[in-house]
Amino acid sequence: MAYKIIAAQCTGCSACEAECPNKAIAEIEGMFVINPEKCTECVGHYDVAQCVSVCPVDDTCVIDGAPLRYRPGA
Amino acid sequence: MVEMITPISSPDPAQAMQRIAEHKGCGTTGGDGKASCGSAAGQGDLPAEIWEKVKNHPCYSEEAHHHFARMHVAVAPACNIQCNYCNRKYDCANESRPGVVSEKLTPEQAAKKVIAVASVIPQMTVLGIAGPGDPLANPAKTFKTFELVAETAPDIKLCLSTNGLALPDYVDRISKYNIDHVTITINMVDPEIGAKIYPWIFWNHKRYTGIEAARILSEHQLRGLEMLTARGILCKINSVMIPGVNDKHLVEVNRAVKARGAFLHNIMPLISAPEHGTVFGLAGQRGPSAQELKALQDECQGEMNMMRHCRQCRADAVGLIGEDRSAEFTTDKIMDMEVNYDLTARRAYQAAVELEREAKLTAHEEELSALAGEESDLTMLVAVATKGSGLINEHFGHAKEFQIYEISVRGAKFVGHRRVDMYCQGGYGEEDTLETVIRAINDCHAVFVAKIGGCPKADLAAAGIEPVEEFAYEFIEKSAISWFRAYLAKIASGEIAHRPRGDAEIRQGGLIIAA
Repeated sequence: MAYKIIAAQCTGCSACEAECPNKAIAEIEGMFVINPEKCTECVGHYDVAQCVSVCPVDDTCVIDGAPLRYRPGA
Repeated sequence: MVEMITPISSPDPAQAMQRIAEHKGCGTTGGDGKASCGSAAGQGDLPAEIWEKVKNHPCYSEEAHHHFARMHVAVAPACNIQCNYCNRKYDCANESRPGVVSEKLTPEQAAKKVIAVASVIPQMTVLGIAGPGDPLANPAKTFKTFELVAETAPDIKLCLSTNGLALPDYVDRISKYNIDHVTITINMVDPEIGAKIYPWIFWNHKRYTGIEAARILSEHQLRGLEMLTARGILCKINSVMIPGVNDKHLVEVNRAVKARGAFLHNIMPLISAPEHGTVFGLAGQRGPSAQELKALQDECQGEMNMMRHCRQCRADAVGLIGEDRSAEFTTDKIMDMEVNYDLTARRAYQAAVELEREAKLTAHEEELSALAGEESDLTMLVAVATKGSGLINEHFGHAKEFQIYEISVRGAKFVGHRRVDMYCQGGYGEEDTLETVIRAINDCHAVFVAKIGGCPKADLAAAGIEPVEEFAYEFIEKSAISWFRAYLAKIASGEIAHRPRGDAEIRQGGLIIAA
């Protein structure tokens, strides 16, 4: 799994982009998007997901069930 | 298509002034010149070196704010704290309040915009970065913008406005970039009160909540303030007055920031219209009335300089305070502009302003000398319709705001402003305009205008507010004192009896941008 951004909720403030330890977040045509290939849910970096912690709108950065759960070393 | 911008190319100050006179803006002149409100009239109690730094800064000097314009560039969208009076999701183009912008800029776009605006508006002397998030939560973009602007326009003063959380980490960089003004928003020095204002902060890769969050924030704010003032950087403190939450506590905040070297305190009313969707707005938290705000400002005034001309503008506002020309300078437009940055013409304008300021002060002093020997404890408020240059030069019906002056035998002192514009959202649109104006200036005994129609004249008089047209196009303070002298004479002769006025309303919502 990885985190994803609910576009309709996103204010485009870019706070998550700077905090992501994996550089997994980018602005694409005005929308912020998390690359699931790069997202580690901050495992190994921080105790909590940085995008979730810094986002000004609740429930905007959420776990996306579609990709497989990230496993360190996998 | 290339849009041609005509720069102010004539070095002739009179001509430059003419150009400016055609340009609508807000305006006011200062108070009595010697009261403790140093930001108001002139130097006041401020030390000479501070006055020299702030006298042309519209956000710091009330006297400067109708001559000099500022602009904010929205290069800093990210924020590191959440405030209960802020909702980042709401952005209406007709909305003018902090935390709101219509478009974000890159540092390169921002720098081009600053130079373009400064070429068209010679009174643009200050560039501020105030968000819409926190400048220091976006350090790379913020400092890059300052660097680019300093290269092309070295005469523009740089300033920034922060919540203070990241401030201690950036004090040295602020100092290095020659940023000589910093505003810190401090709403509390007691974490228990802070917990009611800030639901969380993001610091050191972690979200903190409650009292712990407020404690960390407060420590950083006060430490940052101390570090800045130790380096000779001027600090203004903004505080949002939230009745029942921090209103009484702000006196303590005032003492704390004064002790740490802040030179100016700006207490602003809470904006909490429910349609903005803020936590306070949705919870029905009210803002202060005009009388409550003034009473708190007056209480703190004995402690330090108070600022009363803040219009709580947008983070991308352009122009004189009280107006917003940002719609003329959208990214699309500025990218097409041919820009000619004329430093000589800008200096000529600034020299012309100096002369005008002196004329105004002299007029006020002359009028005051006529009051010498009068003894009266009477203090009253009057409203003024003005579009700038310290003159009574606006038609009653065209005024989007009224400037409020307190008059007494000590002189006329600017004490605030009341917005009376209509609002874009929230169901205020059907309101009767005149009723709105009367509610906004209900604590005033008179309203000074350049002109007024027969109907509103009668309605104002019926509401107990005297419409005064006889000082059209004259200096505000001089006229107010002259009227006050006549008022005292009428009381003395028994022609009228003085009656105190009631409270007035502070309007919520945003200034509509002039079409």
